[in-house]
Amino acid sequence: MMDNKLWRWGANVFLSLFAASVIFPFLVLFMSSISSDSSIYQHGYSIIPRDLSIEAYKYLTHNSAKIMHAFGVTVLVTVAGTLMSLMITSMLAYPLSRADLPYRNTFGFAVFFTMLFNGGLVPTYLMYTQYFSIKNSIWALIIPMLLMNGYSILIMRTFFAQTIPPEVYESARIDGGGEFRIFRSIVLPLSMPILATIGLFQTIAYWNDWMNGLIYLTDEKLYNMQNLLNQILLNIDAIASLDSTISATAADIPGLTIRMAIAFVSVVPIMLSYPFFQRYFVRGITIGSVKG
Amino acid sequence: MENAPHVDGARRIGMESVLTKRLKKLQRYLPLYILMVPGMLYLLINNYIPMAGLIIAFKKVNFTKGILGSDWVGFKNFEFLFQTKDAFIITRNTILYNGGFILLDTLVAVAIAILLSEIRGKLKFRFYQGTILLPNLISMVVVSYLGLAFLKMDTGMLNKTILPLFGMDEVMWYNEAKYWPLILTITHVWKSAGFYSVIFFAAVLGINPAYYEAATIDGANKWRQVVSITIPLIRPVIILMTMLGIGRIFYSDFGLFYNVPLNSGLIYRTTDVIDTYVFRGLMQLGDIGMASAAGLYQSLVGFTLVIVSNYLVRKFSRDDALF
Repeated sequence: MMDNKLWRWGANVFLSLFAASVIFPFLVLFMSSISSDSSIYQHGYSIIPRDLSIEAYKYLTHNSAKIMHAFGVTVLVTVAGTLMSLMITSMLAYPLSRADLPYRNTFGFAVFFTMLFNGGLVPTYLMYTQYFSIKNSIWALIIPMLLMNGYSILIMRTFFAQTIPPEVYESARIDGGGEFRIFRSIVLPLSMPILATIGLFQTIAYWNDWMNGLIYLTDEKLYNMQNLLNQILLNIDAIASLDSTISATAADIPGLTIRMAIAFVSVVPIMLSYPFFQRYFVRGITIGSVKG
Repeated sequence: MENAPHVDGARRIGMESVLTKRLKKLQRYLPLYILMVPGMLYLLINNYIPMAGLIIAFKKVNFTKGILGSDWVGFKNFEFLFQTKDAFIITRNTILYNGGFILLDTLVAVAIAILLSEIRGKLKFRFYQGTILLPNLISMVVVSYLGLAFLKMDTGMLNKTILPLFGMDEVMWYNEAKYWPLILTITHVWKSAGFYSVIFFAAVLGINPAYYEAATIDGANKWRQVVSITIPLIRPVIILMTMLGIGRIFYSDFGLFYNVPLNSGLIYRTTDVIDTYVFRGLMQLGDIGMASAAGLYQSLVGFTLVIVSNYLVRKFSRDDALF
């Protein structure tokens, strides 16, 4: 019994330490964002704000046009991308789940092979920019990650195959339902759990994506939130460009705290919604890790 | 002989009916094939054309001539790549980092999973699991900001608060290569351990409690139970995850190696991996030849590793193999 208690105590200590290592940096981020710029210059980023100030947030609300725009791009791309990706994925996964489909294995292999081998960045980039002129268009943020990978197709295929009994197809056909109708009014409604799970992962992926913007965008008007953050991260002067009214230089602006404030603002939506989707996220990881 | 015309006729009728049968079948499945068109088209464009595009590694790309029309240069691009020290450095970094990540991820994630299974109380459990998983939900760009709060050379927490506490001198973190193996490893494990722990936790949950009851009756203490029951029973999952990791050892988390070190040129020696090298070659140096050679090198070795690791998984446990 003593042994059990000791273990439980040890488990709590270890897990608390790990949890603290997660919370601590975010706390530093937040506390720094509500400090005054001069106190940061003097004492550095810290967990205790020495000189409370909402200067950074004031600045962000006064110069919010660019941020709101980037936020809008993120929302648009996330919603459109997730919906399109769910549509295409389920439309491809459903026929592959039908044991009676001729050449099913050939098509299945064509999907599967994309998980083993890929052309990599250079040919992909040259193709999209030279032949599809995707550069500096909103499609650059949506198309290159549409299906993400063959995993989601194969996982969905397995789900369809396992949850929908073949008799359903037979009886639907006898009742005169075409394949499209069977798919739309029987298969999809029965598959909400898997659609929700894969949709959640797609949403997170689109929300956090900055790579496509880095590769395909030079036009700042199309930047999503992550691209804007990335720009400010790698080049502090970019903060000045937030200000469209006066030609400010980086020196006039509370840059040190704004950096932290804007990063913090960008994670707030995830933090707030996390408690609601945590369960599905955890379940999704276990589905995704085991092969489809 | 006499029957020949008759047989021939029967065969013809048979063939016709086979043909119409096939047509009928095709007609019946046509709607299903139509459903597949957008997805297949997408895979063709997004995946298969770039695979064929790997041939540009053997060309000197000239945009006025077009990619297909550019001149062949044989293995020139590869000669250039492997003559430099870069090829060695990026290969070494990629393998050492990812190899280390596989090892540490597994170690930390298994520990988290086993300890989580000791936690009673739903709320407490959800808090621990949720918090440990949180870094996985955050983009590498935001992680780089968190890193910046600690490492920034003039105002970072390490230089301003923590190092002075121990009477140590400031460190120019973004200029000194030697610290980055440690920084990148910590960052990676911090971000990924939670994800893997969920997978191992599912395996731990799947163990029949009767084993533990029997062990307790036999007087085995907790540590003994973990070593002799838990670990052996989740071993298949551990081995599987390791194999999958080895299959992907040639591919790196681009953001970790590009953004977290702020793409600082002074520390490429310890932060450059194949992915960042290809990116920089293509996007910043405009050296398409070199970048595409490195890319093909990555694709081919990566593919080989996937095949080999899958072969090993298959030998070990048929059901868990990818193919």
